[in-house]
Amino acid sequence: MSGSWPLARRSQALAQRGAIFTRIRMFFQEKGYLEVETPFRIPAPAPEAQIDAIPSDGWFLQTSPELCMKRLLAAGYPRIFQICRCWRDGERGTRHLSEFTMLEWYRARADYRVLMDETEQLVRTAAGVDTITYRGVEIALATAWERITVRDAFLRYTDTTAEAALSAGTFDELMVDRIEPKLGIGRPTFIYDYPASCSALARLKADDPSVAERFELYLGGLEIANAFSELIDPVEQRTRFEAEAAERARHGKHSYPVPEKFLAALAEMPEAAGIALGLDRLVMVLLDAESIDDVVAFTTEEL
Amino acid sequence: MYTAADLRKGLKITIDNEPYIITHFDFAKPGKGQALYRTKMKNMITGSTLDRTYRSGETFEPANLEDRVMQYLYKEDDHYCFMDNSTFEQIHISEDAMGDAKNYLIDNLQVDVLLFREKAIGVDVPNFVNLRVVQTDPWVKGDTSGSDSKPATVETGYVLRVPPFIEEGELITIDTRTGEYSTRVKG
Repeated sequence: MSGSWPLARRSQALAQRGAIFTRIRMFFQEKGYLEVETPFRIPAPAPEAQIDAIPSDGWFLQTSPELCMKRLLAAGYPRIFQICRCWRDGERGTRHLSEFTMLEWYRARADYRVLMDETEQLVRTAAGVDTITYRGVEIALATAWERITVRDAFLRYTDTTAEAALSAGTFDELMVDRIEPKLGIGRPTFIYDYPASCSALARLKADDPSVAERFELYLGGLEIANAFSELIDPVEQRTRFEAEAAERARHGKHSYPVPEKFLAALAEMPEAAGIALGLDRLVMVLLDAESIDDVVAFTTEEL
Repeated sequence: MYTAADLRKGLKITIDNEPYIITHFDFAKPGKGQALYRTKMKNMITGSTLDRTYRSGETFEPANLEDRVMQYLYKEDDHYCFMDNSTFEQIHISEDAMGDAKNYLIDNLQVDVLLFREKAIGVDVPNFVNLRVVQTDPWVKGDTSGSDSKPATVETGYVLRVPPFIEEGELITIDTRTGEYSTRVKG
């Protein structure tokens, strides 16, 4: 019933999206990163409690290329990036597509602080301008970006603490309702040092093991990227996967096979940091689009 | 029984024995956190609004509404008159209860009138209706940008954005769920 106009009216957005992708690829080339492609259909996704993979003929569509990319790191590839499709079951809204485009990059012998700096450079390059306006809010990209810990964000924007919110089961609601709308306003925000229980594949902080070396980037209240200093201890990783798998079972979710090849590769993996950035959302912010639907060629509903 | 995953704009659910329609819906999920379903809804009788956030796994009762197929006859003051084609019974519905449906009413349109405990509280129009454009500015020749649009008024007085090639007098199809232009009717 629907004609081709909804597709045609996005032509400018898609042209700008293409230009942003081109700038991103050039950025990584200049920094000596190799562009890689790993399979979309995998036998064993990382068992994360809140991320559901879509089954595909006995295997699964990837929710992220993380496990395969870390196996490449372990095999000696020091700097790799990938732009690919990922699928997350049941995630659909004005900022979510069940099938979306992810940019992930991994860097050996680096930690999450190095990636914060690199992420700043990447976003500036992708934007190509010093200041953007998203939904009426100005965001200055050229000057220093805000960096705030999760603990401080709870103290500043809620009337409880991150620890109390976690034990009361209100951490996610407060994050969405109170904290996220305050992040990335006026300038981009890195919110970092997440509670250890929210970071299944991240390394804990040496001087404070109650938090993990994980950060998220926000622009205009919108979550754009998630990064860690990677956990490279296979024993610890297996224990965390078991805990996440138990959590999935408690909620009656799919169980996945244990990703044994990934766990075996972790023993060979150098210290590294990695980041996953939602490209559709980055394009949304750079184009000041109201919905993620406005920056993709097709939504699922249009097929 | 609905679950949180069924929530969407336009869904009608029962809360405290009253029918509500979801007017805004969005999905939120902070990184690595749980899915949250944020809704705004309107009481279909009183018009009062509620904001609620749900988690996955929560369940909802559908709103127990009866719907009867009726035909639109005419508008009188701030009431709209409909007739049941099988019993010839006529009912009036207030403009407030009509909501967006009034943008699409043309003579003899078949609609679903919603009844809650025998009282008419609103109407559902077909997902797609054809309406004639009565006013729109002509297209400036040489403007070939595919992503442009312009306002147009249709015969019901409703104003929406249409592609630049649409001319006055043309029949267009509108998606009543979104209120947006869908296609040009080939005449």
